[in-house]
Amino acid sequence: MKIEKKHRHGFVPALIVLVVLSFISLFPLALVILNSFKTHVEILQNPLSLPTKMHFGNYAYSWGVGKFAEGFLNSFKLSGTAIIVGVVASSSMGYVLATRKIAAWKALTFYFMMATTVPLQMFMLPLYSTFTRLGLIGNVYAVGATIAAWNLPMPIFLMRTYFLKIPKEVEEAAKIDGASIWQVFRYVVMPIASPGMITVASIIGLFSWNEYLLSSTFLQSEKNFTATLKFLSLNGTFSRDFSVIMSGAVIMVFPMVVVFLLLQKKFIEGMTGGAVKG
Amino acid sequence: MKDTNKIKESKLPYYLLSIPAVALSGFIILVPGIQTIYAAFTKWNGISPHKTWIGLENFRQLFGDWVFWQSVKNNCLWALFFLVIPVTLALLVSVLMSYHKVGNKSFQIFYLIPYLLAPTTNAIIWLNMIFSPNAGLIGFLQKVGWDITSPLGNRSTALFGVAAVDIWHYWGFLTVIFFAALRQTPKDQIEAAELEGANGWQMFRSVYFPNIFSTVRLMMILILIYSFMTYDYIYLLTSGGPAHATEVLSTYSYTMAFSAFKFGKAAAVSLVIGLLGGIAAIFYTFFSKNEELV
Repeated sequence: MKIEKKHRHGFVPALIVLVVLSFISLFPLALVILNSFKTHVEILQNPLSLPTKMHFGNYAYSWGVGKFAEGFLNSFKLSGTAIIVGVVASSSMGYVLATRKIAAWKALTFYFMMATTVPLQMFMLPLYSTFTRLGLIGNVYAVGATIAAWNLPMPIFLMRTYFLKIPKEVEEAAKIDGASIWQVFRYVVMPIASPGMITVASIIGLFSWNEYLLSSTFLQSEKNFTATLKFLSLNGTFSRDFSVIMSGAVIMVFPMVVVFLLLQKKFIEGMTGGAVKG
Repeated sequence: MKDTNKIKESKLPYYLLSIPAVALSGFIILVPGIQTIYAAFTKWNGISPHKTWIGLENFRQLFGDWVFWQSVKNNCLWALFFLVIPVTLALLVSVLMSYHKVGNKSFQIFYLIPYLLAPTTNAIIWLNMIFSPNAGLIGFLQKVGWDITSPLGNRSTALFGVAAVDIWHYWGFLTVIFFAALRQTPKDQIEAAELEGANGWQMFRSVYFPNIFSTVRLMMILILIYSFMTYDYIYLLTSGGPAHATEVLSTYSYTMAFSAFKFGKAAAVSLVIGLLGGIAAIFYTFFSKNEELV
């Protein structure tokens, strides 16, 4: 009786819906983990059965044949470039849009608003042609910068809201004390804006790590493949060995989940920042 | 004179701070974007710098091609699926989460995990573990006697199969956004409605929904825009097949550019994607400008 009173009407049905949907979200991933410890034949017999023996060796084998070391290194280079370029460009532009000291702020705001939703297809083909001429096809850094440019508008507006939180008086006081704009930017503005920069970095990192269309088009030749592309080609070459593919999938999923659990606040803030005005 | 000069702050640093973003977006988005518009009216193989002006010929060919119309139709269906299924689901679940209050942090994490994984990873997992007739769940159910086949192999169900995977990966993200918006519902409104004995539907209609309406509207416009550019899951799961059953404008354009090297015609398709998305983008700019431009 007491327990029933504590919970509101409809508590149990709501819980059931939420749990069922959690199951649907996680079920394919649970199957992957389960089967990553099994042999190919075991998986074929029954994908739902528990492994009779834990074949941890599947992981080492997948890691080797999938050339994941090279793939992760390329992913780090690509995402690192995207993060640095994206954070620098979005925070400096966000500051300009927040302070409104130059007349072009309206035009720039409008341009970046329109660019928020520009389809990749609108610029990819001529860019591919230009990159070919410049010898940048297969260059992970160039692709990282491209992904940063494509995903620039949302970080700009996110940074702008951070800069707007800085009290005008603090900036003015620093200027009266004779600080240059650079000193104000470096010592007054940046410390307040740095949580925003971490959010922007997490979001750009996530997008660039997972990106498929640009990377698969621009990173031709296997040695330049990011981890996601390595896994795709592993899936192509080992399509007859499910244990390799499943342990490869865990290699792809596991780091992402760990990073997410560590940075979940930042990720969620970055995702909701564009749509929910806090 | 001297005094005003002193007070008047130099604008140069602000221009300098604009350079990284303007240069980056200018070289990578704006200039190639304009080139795409021009290329749509030319014959171009994508490799040679030479483009031959052919006027509206690319569009004339597109409008006469049934695959183009099939793609437009699929993009529209895609938009419809996404505007109905994930939006309804996310509204329902985010309201349930707000109402339920227990374990929300965990639910949020569970629902978001598929969204965090790369499309390649998710597609491979579904192809092998769910749809595969050998090792997947469907294959297993077949073996134990169910009458079930992979939806991807059938012309009439392939689009649903692909959309199911994309919705599986996407809906949690929408739920988290709606949930964040719902949490900003003023407490006194909720308490007042509860005191008056409002039931679940009444709570939703007169308390929660009005508070998250602008977020829902913005997300629906974004979904509409993204529906016209959708590519990853379709290309990874079916490559537009079987027999163009899941072809969308982006896969159509991609194949045209990188298999047939008809970059001009592919640019024309890109322009159609850009125009369809652009119409929705005007609404997006209109509804969010109140926040950014004042």
